[in-house]
Amino acid sequence: MSLRSPPPILSVRPSRALVDEPFEVSVENLPPGGPVTVRSLHRSEDGDDWEAYGRYVSDHSGKVSVSEDLSFGGTFSGKQPMALLWSMRPVPGSRSGLRLRKLKVTTPMLVNISVYRGHNDFRDQTPLASAVTERWYMAPGVHRVDIRQEEVQGTLFIPPGPGPFPGVLDIWGGWGGLLEYRSALLASRGFASLTVEYLKPGELQTDLEFSSFEAAFNILKDHPKVLSDRVGVLGSSAGSIVTLYLAAESTAVQPRCVVCISNANCYPHESGLSGIQHLLAKKFDKIRLDENNHEIWRGIGLALLDDAPYKVDMGKIRSPVLLVNGRDDQNWPVLETADRMAQVVGAAGKAHLLYRLDYPNTGHQIEPPFSPHFRATNLAIDGTKDKAILLWGGETKAHSEAQEDSWKKILSFLRQHLYCSPKAKI
Amino acid sequence: MLQQLKMEEKPCSAALSVQPSRGLVDEKFVVLVQNTVPSCPLTIHASHQCEDGHSWHAFAHYTSDASGVVNVSEDCSVGGTYSGVEAMGLLWSLKPVPGSKPGLRMRKKNVQAPMVITISVYKGHLTEGFGDQVPLAGTEVERWYMAPGVRRIAVTEDGLTATLFLPSGPGPFPGLLDLWGGGGQLVEYRAALLASHGIAAMALDYLTCKYTMETGKMVEQDYFEAAYTFLQKHPKVLSSRIAMLGFSLGTSVTLKTAVYSEVMKLRCALCISGSHVQPLDGFLKETLGYFNENSGKTCFTEDNEAIWRNLLLPIPTDLSLKVDMKEMMERAGNSHLLTLLSYPNAGHLIEPPYTPHARSSLFRDVKSRQMLMALWGGQTLEHSRAQEDAWRKLLVFLRKNLYGGVKSTSPLSNL
Repeated sequence: MSLRSPPPILSVRPSRALVDEPFEVSVENLPPGGPVTVRSLHRSEDGDDWEAYGRYVSDHSGKVSVSEDLSFGGTFSGKQPMALLWSMRPVPGSRSGLRLRKLKVTTPMLVNISVYRGHNDFRDQTPLASAVTERWYMAPGVHRVDIRQEEVQGTLFIPPGPGPFPGVLDIWGGWGGLLEYRSALLASRGFASLTVEYLKPGELQTDLEFSSFEAAFNILKDHPKVLSDRVGVLGSSAGSIVTLYLAAESTAVQPRCVVCISNANCYPHESGLSGIQHLLAKKFDKIRLDENNHEIWRGIGLALLDDAPYKVDMGKIRSPVLLVNGRDDQNWPVLETADRMAQVVGAAGKAHLLYRLDYPNTGHQIEPPFSPHFRATNLAIDGTKDKAILLWGGETKAHSEAQEDSWKKILSFLRQHLYCSPKAKI
Repeated sequence: MLQQLKMEEKPCSAALSVQPSRGLVDEKFVVLVQNTVPSCPLTIHASHQCEDGHSWHAFAHYTSDASGVVNVSEDCSVGGTYSGVEAMGLLWSLKPVPGSKPGLRMRKKNVQAPMVITISVYKGHLTEGFGDQVPLAGTEVERWYMAPGVRRIAVTEDGLTATLFLPSGPGPFPGLLDLWGGGGQLVEYRAALLASHGIAAMALDYLTCKYTMETGKMVEQDYFEAAYTFLQKHPKVLSSRIAMLGFSLGTSVTLKTAVYSEVMKLRCALCISGSHVQPLDGFLKETLGYFNENSGKTCFTEDNEAIWRNLLLPIPTDLSLKVDMKEMMERAGNSHLLTLLSYPNAGHLIEPPYTPHARSSLFRDVKSRQMLMALWGGQTLEHSRAQEDAWRKLLVFLRKNLYGGVKSTSPLSNL
């Protein structure tokens, strides 16, 4: 007859959630007033292990509530309900400069949450209890459609229901390849969203011209489940250049509203981004290194603020524009760029169309909520350098708060402009 | 002019959300409709196609408030398959669609995939013709019996026909033997749900198991002892914390085991919709034989539904025909630990919460292979309340007795 006692009970509620939804992690049946470590562990699609952990002390009913209690240290401290996700980083011994991005959105991210005895190193211990939680980019019923046309290769996500739905064209920046997760999440939030592949992973080269993005916009706009006059654009980093072009200069399409995350406004070629790598390479002498030898590229952008062959004429914007930037962006001079744009917009008498969110201590990679923050990550740049570690900037806690807040504000901006209210405001 | 143009656009999209969109079967959700015309009559509709291919639906009539919002958890349904403020009414009031085969009962076989329900909102107060109208909005909801990380293990050793569900984590966990009733089969969903609550639960088929199907004979006590021992010896199970949960005929086994078994030392026992009336001599074969002998007491309603409650009435005075509850309690040393929950207007099929109520359904008698329409009873609203309350109390009871300390003398009022 075993005299083993029952284990603590660890629960994560909800156990299955969308990635932008909060959860509550609690542990019960612990010895009262005892030190424990609550840890999250995730194996990425690349096979790397990521973790976060907080040190807690159970109360006298034997309970720890991550949402309510203070963490005394770990990868985060203080009262941080979601830090087990956003403060994740590669486990010790991992390769350097990693980033966490989900490529396959039809399956969830699996996160293992465990509780260990004590505040010391838990790595040799068996946890007292653990639970698995699923984090999804796709809500049930969201439809994923491959788009393989001559000019446009990408993926379309359609929300469940009869529709029709407002649409959002989702344009990423450099080196990503085909990234689906943001569009999948937008569809889970009620927007038909098309993400376009135009920059191959590891490359800043593209053949796509602005006209290809206009074609993509039209694919979305003309889709039977999309409200043709309620299509907006969301672009980040280099993708914001295309976004601003569509908002201001395109004669073929007219987005109802646009959002730019970590904006840029310079392009090499009258018709688009082809050759952008060349444009940047000309200013590579402006790259600085930080104390870790990580590359700071914002100098390139600063030089291009004046020197770029082409800039989108922001004075011509025809619809509301929301700019989301991080004040500690080390990759691109986003604030200076936004300031310039604001000047031009103001001079054209259109200041009422421009909205800005500038987040303190926030870097370049402003991702959906609870995504781990990367201050610097690897980049293999095809054709020019072998490999580099680029500094994106941002301090983890502030950056994570910015991700949470900006996502809410982006969704509300999109809803305001793309969903019509039955009560028409006069 | 511009304003007029806008009015001619495609209709505005109402927004419908269900939180959580993926939940466990016993979790509540919030159904919210937004961005509709204020003070507008609306119908919220749920539809589900079960594994057998039958269609089920539920619906309720609401009126949006001044901001164009309906919140099913807070607002009152004025008609449909349920009325009043019922957060989970769209699930528990699910009924087979008109024209369906009579006597259907919804039971999930594959617990590794969720139940998928489509929730839609329609303009107006509809009672039919949902397929002909385009809803204003729709969404999908998943309801799971298995939490992430729960492991499903088929058990065939020692002649058993069973499935073990282990909670996620290193364990070891308290264990539970899960017994269903006279319909037989290996029914997994309740054990899966219990494992999602931290209990290593094993669903045991004892009527249509391999042994019985091959030999034609009923299993004896040793079959249950083998199941108990399997759990006891399992490295992920706490051998001194094993419970038994029996439903209907399963109650007969549970009570007999709790009182008389020398081998099976149950930490606690739970009995749903059962009786202590059974011949003490012998086991399953004799118990079923006793029911058979009394089968003449079966009544039939106008619709030819069989009522079996009289088979065990009146309660015999012959002591050899019933398990001595008093002796059981005294043996346990705690005669005050019996909790009786008797729910008014609830029927026989007390299932996990928010699952549809079947007042009657087709039932195949295991021995005779005869198909009958059985009247289980219960009024849907009160039956659903009973399911919710019973499950909650069952979980607290299991938590207290299986996870609690060595001293288990908590008064009943704690429940």
